[in-house]
Amino acid sequence: MSAAAPRAVVELDRVSRTYPSGTRALDSVSLTVAEGELVTLLGPSGCGKSTLLGIAAALQPPSSGAVRWWGEGPGRIGTAGHRLAMVFQSATLMPWLRVASNVRLPLDLAGIERGAGDRAARAALARVGLAGFEASYPRELSGGMQMRASIARALVTEPDLLLMDEPFGALDEITRARLDADLLALWAGRGAGQRLTVVFVTHSVYEAVYLSQRVVVMSARPGRLAGEVAIDEPYPRTDDFRVSQRFASHARALQQLLARATEAAAR
Amino acid sequence: MSATRRGERVLRVAAPLGVALLVLAAWHALVVAYDLPRYIVPSPLVVAQTLAADWELLARSLAVTLKITLAAFALAVLAGTLVAFLFSQSRWLEMSLFPYAVILQVTPIVAVAPLIIIWVRDTQLALVLCALIVAVFPVISNTTLGLRSVDPGLLSLMRMYKASRWQVLWRLRVPSAAPYFFAGLRISSGLALIGAVVAEFVAGTGAAGAGLAYQILQAGLQLNVPRLFAALAVLTLTGVALFAAMVWLSNAVLGGWHESMVSARSEE
Ligand SMILES: Nc1ncnc2c1ncn2[C@@H]1O[C@H](COP(=O)(O)OP(=O)(O)OP(=O)(O)O)[C@@H](O)[C@H]1O
Ligand SMILES: [Mg+2]
Repeated sequence: MSAAAPRAVVELDRVSRTYPSGTRALDSVSLTVAEGELVTLLGPSGCGKSTLLGIAAALQPPSSGAVRWWGEGPGRIGTAGHRLAMVFQSATLMPWLRVASNVRLPLDLAGIERGAGDRAARAALARVGLAGFEASYPRELSGGMQMRASIARALVTEPDLLLMDEPFGALDEITRARLDADLLALWAGRGAGQRLTVVFVTHSVYEAVYLSQRVVVMSARPGRLAGEVAIDEPYPRTDDFRVSQRFASHARALQQLLARATEAAAR
Repeated sequence: MSATRRGERVLRVAAPLGVALLVLAAWHALVVAYDLPRYIVPSPLVVAQTLAADWELLARSLAVTLKITLAAFALAVLAGTLVAFLFSQSRWLEMSLFPYAVILQVTPIVAVAPLIIIWVRDTQLALVLCALIVAVFPVISNTTLGLRSVDPGLLSLMRMYKASRWQVLWRLRVPSAAPYFFAGLRISSGLALIGAVVAEFVAGTGAAGAGLAYQILQAGLQLNVPRLFAALAVLTLTGVALFAAMVWLSNAVLGGWHESMVSARSEE
């Protein structure tokens, strides 16, 4: 048991997905994400990122290929040590529930007692900078605040695997940079015993470089893995890193990979 | 902003009232100008006088009709909601039974009412059944639609957190359906009144309690046109009051959380 490779949290083995409409969204994609990793999926719009994430979240089955979570089927997802949460591309809050109740929802569904749920919801809201908005309705929040509430809802279950589908895609540059930094703090802040694994979808090259240990680039129609780039940089990553020489060279490498992938798809 | 809002609210009441006053004034003017006899077209003043004079009679009839209407409406809401829940739980059930709900809806109640009145001994019950048949469809179709019109993202969310069928129903489908349900109530309440009146007409000379339809029928036979108008006015105002009550209820329940959706969806 010496220096064994970290456990795989989610493994996709030659996964394809064809929608009933006939669209081939994913074509034989194999991807393994290890425990504690922060991996980014980068690709143009419509290349199947959301589809891949949906399959990794066990929300839809692959048309062919296999998916394993912690080495087994989807049966144990949701139990201690195997918790999974997803932040969708839009906030998907229930408009008839107050923010705190929205955040508490996963706990309510799991039958956790209301008082404990409320405490956890308040803590999660504080973590995303929404302390004091517990009693508001989603429509009283700005778009960015709604997105943060939806992140709080994902965090409230203390997930082991966090899937994020362009969570900051609709936000302005300033807010996005802050939330990116918050995400890194959150990811790094987990104790050694329980490490948070993150799969993050984006179509921003810069966001990918700033966040990830590893960037997986996808090409479109059908969605395939075009390659990956390791971002071998230390954490915590500072704002200086964003404007460094090394940052630029990583971004260039990614851009070239993306361009080649897009070209190949066009041919 | 609140000033314009209040202005709009005042306008919402004042504009139709203004129209009503104009129409009444024109009506009165025409009757006076052409010297129309009151047994053909009574002036609004005469109608108002008759309404006051015959109030006791009309109020008693209104109570009869209203009882049938409310009973039918309550049953329509109960039965309609129940059916909609069943439909929403099973596509199969909906596919096999929905066409019959449509048949129930498109068959004119005047054509079916005589049968029901023959089959059902108790006249009151027969009338309630007729009104129920007319009123139930909007509740079924709107609530079914509402229970199915769920944000797919929220449905994914519920699935991800392993929500049970019941949890999905209570925590997601029911709240999503609420605006549709209340829109259905608005239509259904009016239809219950119409159904009750039509059924009374078919039942004819009401041995069992004379409703408003009976008064209209009798007034027509006796050429008591002012009373006919007065009864008609009572009927119309009752319909408006029912509708207003439903709007109020819908706003009271939904106002807090669905504000944007209520206004968007209730226009359907
Ligand atoms: N429910 C669906 N039914 C049919 N086709 C779908 C469905 N969802 C996605 N697709 C198709 O699958 C392909 C991949 O879609 P997907 O949403 O995974 O892309 P994406 O990479 O997330 O794009 P974006 O960056 O715009 O969110 C697209 O061509 C899309 O048209
Ligand atoms: Mg997407």
